Amino acid sequence: MSGDRPLVTIRDLKIAGLAGEEWLLIVNGVDLDLARGEVLGLIGESGAGKSTVGLAAMGFTRDGCRIVGGSVEFDNIDLVAAPDETKRGLLGRRIAYVAQSAAASFNPAHKLIDQHTEGPVLHGVSTLRESQEDARALYARLRLPEPESIGFRYPHQVSGGQLQRAMTAMAMSCRPDLIIFDEPTTALDVTTQIEVLAAIRDIVEQFGTAAIYITHDLAVVAQMADRIKVLLKGSEVEENDTRAMLLAPKEDYTRSLWAVRSFKRPEQPLAGRGVQPVISVAGVTAGYGKAADVLHDVSFDIHAGRTVAVVGESGSGKSTVARCITGLLPPRQGEVRFNGEALPARYRDRSKDQLRQVQMIYQMADTALNPKLRIRDIVGRPVRFYGGLRGADLRRRVEELLEQIELEPDLYIDRLPSELSGGQKQRVGIARALAAEAQFIICDEVTSALDQLVAEGILKLLDRLQRELNLAYMFITHDLATVRAIADEVVVMKDGGVVEAGPKTEMFTPPHHDYTDLLLSSVPEMDPDWLDRLLEQRGVDNIGEAALVRLDG
Amino acid sequence: MGFLTYVVLPLAVLTGAAWTLRAGLRSVAGRFGAVFRAMPLTAAFGLTVVGLYILAALLAPAIAPYGESQVFDEFNLFPGENADFVLGTDQLGRDLLTRLLYGGRNTIGIALMTTALAFLIGATLGFVAAVLGGWLDQVVSRTVDVLMAIPQLIFALLLITILGQSTINMILVIAVLDSTRVFRLSRAVGGNIVVMDYIEAAKLRGEGLGYLIFKEILPNAAAPLLAEFGLRFCFVFLLIAALSFLGIGIQPPLADWGTMVRELSIYIGYAEYGDWQAASLPLLPAAAIALLTVAINFTVDWMLDRYSGLKS
Repeated sequence: MSGDRPLVTIRDLKIAGLAGEEWLLIVNGVDLDLARGEVLGLIGESGAGKSTVGLAAMGFTRDGCRIVGGSVEFDNIDLVAAPDETKRGLLGRRIAYVAQSAAASFNPAHKLIDQHTEGPVLHGVSTLRESQEDARALYARLRLPEPESIGFRYPHQVSGGQLQRAMTAMAMSCRPDLIIFDEPTTALDVTTQIEVLAAIRDIVEQFGTAAIYITHDLAVVAQMADRIKVLLKGSEVEENDTRAMLLAPKEDYTRSLWAVRSFKRPEQPLAGRGVQPVISVAGVTAGYGKAADVLHDVSFDIHAGRTVAVVGESGSGKSTVARCITGLLPPRQGEVRFNGEALPARYRDRSKDQLRQVQMIYQMADTALNPKLRIRDIVGRPVRFYGGLRGADLRRRVEELLEQIELEPDLYIDRLPSELSGGQKQRVGIARALAAEAQFIICDEVTSALDQLVAEGILKLLDRLQRELNLAYMFITHDLATVRAIADEVVVMKDGGVVEAGPKTEMFTPPHHDYTDLLLSSVPEMDPDWLDRLLEQRGVDNIGEAALVRLDG
Repeated sequence: MGFLTYVVLPLAVLTGAAWTLRAGLRSVAGRFGAVFRAMPLTAAFGLTVVGLYILAALLAPAIAPYGESQVFDEFNLFPGENADFVLGTDQLGRDLLTRLLYGGRNTIGIALMTTALAFLIGATLGFVAAVLGGWLDQVVSRTVDVLMAIPQLIFALLLITILGQSTINMILVIAVLDSTRVFRLSRAVGGNIVVMDYIEAAKLRGEGLGYLIFKEILPNAAAPLLAEFGLRFCFVFLLIAALSFLGIGIQPPLADWGTMVRELSIYIGYAEYGDWQAASLPLLPAAAIALLTVAINFTVDWMLDRYSGLKS
């Protein structure tokens, strides 16, 4: 085999997707070269076609998509023309795929190691025994706990980060020439993400495997890739070596991606002593059903015109606090006070005015807006319900609200949610909260499902509304970059308790609580050497779950 | 010969009509026409047949040659024997074509009412159970389990015998028994919808149960419920026909297909003597039932495929 020829060559690839009854081009002439042992980062917003291109590199398209032009060559085999039989021989054996959600990709009914060995045995690469030996070696290499026995567990018996590493091990089982990683860490917490990143990089380097790493997170791709290719709406924007690209992006679009997160709102003055907080969570302990407590004695205050960011990993109880405040989950002890007055524990016992004062904006705008209602009804209902406006008054108020969220009323008032983009949907969610004329809004991960540019727009909007209307926000997030951008105060939660709380500036300057320190240091930075430096500083055994275990001990 | 005239020919005509109907609908410009552009021929066939049945049911008094229970001297006439009675007459001398048209009117009308009632009861309870949950859900769900455990036809026979035979009683009994299936579906569909954030938002706004069900849940459950309505209608329709066949459904002098099958079933014996035309007489009302059932299934299949991605 010639060493110079690239492993994968894609030329002028065009892929069409079925939209309703028409075929629309979703990938519009993308070229790609990947040498053996090289890692290429594919980045872009959702809908940029990065996953579609990634899958096409395996000669595969999703249902409702088809390759309509161009060529995909893998090691001199034309994957577009190749019969299914040839592709079956390649997939799993020489090309492997690691999906975003390992939990959804593993078969829950089989043990990890049985799924691991299936590929090598089927492809005739090794015997069952050899493959099992190899699985244990790979598990150890990927720093999974108890590598000898972890394979005999079922997928639900290991954590998300471990499952993602097991998936990487499985992809490695046939020692493929190429692995496609499709957002492998997007669904993970920061502390877990870092150990998966370290594991993937280690194993890819170790075996000299070529990889296509698909992500929307620039900081992650900076750690992983040798080269970066930026996609926008199915076309290539630019491609360059990672370092060169980070230092000097050529195109405006790339620069705007790099500049995102530049938003930082001015520091708000601290609320004076004795000023009544809008919302005050006082010694709340709560749990679901008859199970043990999920929250332990949580207390914090939120003042008018200020944003309190509640940060923590999944399972830390931050959303449960929100449920206690809204009254969906009555606390077992403690209470929630609004302007000094205790709110009834259950939302059913609250008055219309008390309900009006606490509004929520949800993470998934798709499930937060009724798909069968038009924008005028979604935004108009609270106006009518609380304010009693009707007819022309109602319409005028809805238009006013749409203008506040920077959507042209004439254009959008009669649309259905499905006719809006993700960012616009989130704006409508904000308008619905504003329509109640509340003083306090809970923002539950409002930007985490959005692309970075769009997310920045939402943060700016929230900031402007806060200044204009003197709103108090509780900002639930796991993304520390968002916290840096918008918070005045930070509450760090872990295992249902508040670990640390205080003004933002204090939180981001040492000394921290150990957990805060771990959290902060795990957030990837836009520096290709960040991961190396961190591993050097902390040591491979002091990141992710291992470090968490150490903290608890 | 009879097979050609009475089976192949009508089916060919219907298929041809369906083809024309589809071509016509496709040529309509705009969104209305677009709905039919990807319509398979089976669905067009279903729509055509259902449309014809509805027309026939509505216009029965106008298009039927004679009165519903008008009796003539010529009884037991076979199709084609007398030009005045196209499909012949029954054992009392009533025109079979007339009975068939009126029978459709009665059976379809009653089945439609029953299905609507079953949906009113089942869907309301299902959605309420989905929204409120807790003990109420448990009580209703377990009651439904018990009702569903008893074979439907036998249970209906029993209840109608106890309550006394009347059309109203039959409608009520079948509606209640069938609402159990509707309850199961709407509770499941509703259960998927109530976990959505927009329902939580509406609850936290302080909305009442009525608003939640009719404004937030129902529009999102319409597609599967509509499809279920078509299928349910078929089952109700068959159940009514079966009850009539057993003699406790729709009562004479009202015409209906189930009774007609029973009355004409005496002719089946003619098969023994090789008189296939006479022996196939009970197939007339039976075919009317079968054709409608098939047509509705075709239509519903298409709607399910189109609106919800569900396959029945």
